[in-house]
Amino acid sequence: MKHVLKLLSLLVVISALWIGLLQASIIPQSHTWLLPIYFVVSLGCYGLLMVGVGLMRFPTCPQEALLLQQDIAEAKDFLKQKGVDVGSD
Amino acid sequence: MDAAKNKYSIIVPTYNERLNIALIVYLIFKHLRDVDFEIIVVDDGSPDGTQEIVKQLQKLYGEDRILLRPRAKKLGLGTAYIHGLKYASGNFVVIMDADLSHHPKYFPSFIKKQLETGASIVTGTRYVTGGGVHGWNLMRKLTSRGANVLAQTLLWPGVSDLTGSFRLYKKSVLEDVISSCVSKGYVFQMEMIVRASRKGYHIEEVPITFVDRVFGSSKLGGSEIVEYLKGLIYLMITT
Repeated sequence: MKHVLKLLSLLVVISALWIGLLQASIIPQSHTWLLPIYFVVSLGCYGLLMVGVGLMRFPTCPQEALLLQQDIAEAKDFLKQKGVDVGSD
Repeated sequence: MDAAKNKYSIIVPTYNERLNIALIVYLIFKHLRDVDFEIIVVDDGSPDGTQEIVKQLQKLYGEDRILLRPRAKKLGLGTAYIHGLKYASGNFVVIMDADLSHHPKYFPSFIKKQLETGASIVTGTRYVTGGGVHGWNLMRKLTSRGANVLAQTLLWPGVSDLTGSFRLYKKSVLEDVISSCVSKGYVFQMEMIVRASRKGYHIEEVPITFVDRVFGSSKLGGSEIVEYLKGLIYLMITT
């Protein structure tokens, strides 16, 4: 099943639940009508939270740049010795 | 699977990587001492003499270890892999970038992970502990993180790093997945891993570090964002 269809079926199930709630009146109607808005807003907030947390915890590796420079120097030395042209690009 | 009988074909597409290709070859040989492998350089007619350098490397390391399989002009990444695959004699294929953002020192961890788990695909991820990125400013990290959260929410891909292109595939799996992919650029990398995930292939991840030395010369502008969104929608509809 194509992914978009999976998402749409999920949406259909959630909508069915919502309509069911509207008809069953377990929660006062005025609240039930607003549930989709709460849902969308929560989803948006969750997304923003995930972005923020991910940004804060974004893994960086400053030491890798240094290690890379060392590797490059080592490689250039070896290759120059063996006759490979490692002049600047 | 008998580990001793495994051969790894490393496909490296190049365009104007005269210096980097030599450095990468040296580093691959340094980090894969007891492994049977070959390097397939798919050069798209680089005007800077990349192919001459590869020929020098062939003299040094052997033409059976370094295969030069060029093409006439810049024809795109996906077709470069397909082209390289034709000459791959290994039962595993590794794809990587030629600009040294991917470091060959991670090869042993890719191979180890695959042997331990029997996975069909091992993909490098920059976004977990043990991995990381260097050379990105805050804005770039923000767009990367935002793009990733959006993709995770919309696609449920099963991997943490969708646009990464440092991967180890079983050769048969790569052949199967690549035949159904049509996108270009980094969306192509996303399409590969999402299709593989949908087909039920066992995918494992290993942390890798990514040193971006070209960022700054390539801005992430509005058109890239639009391309990305179009790619997400395309993948939602077709996978």
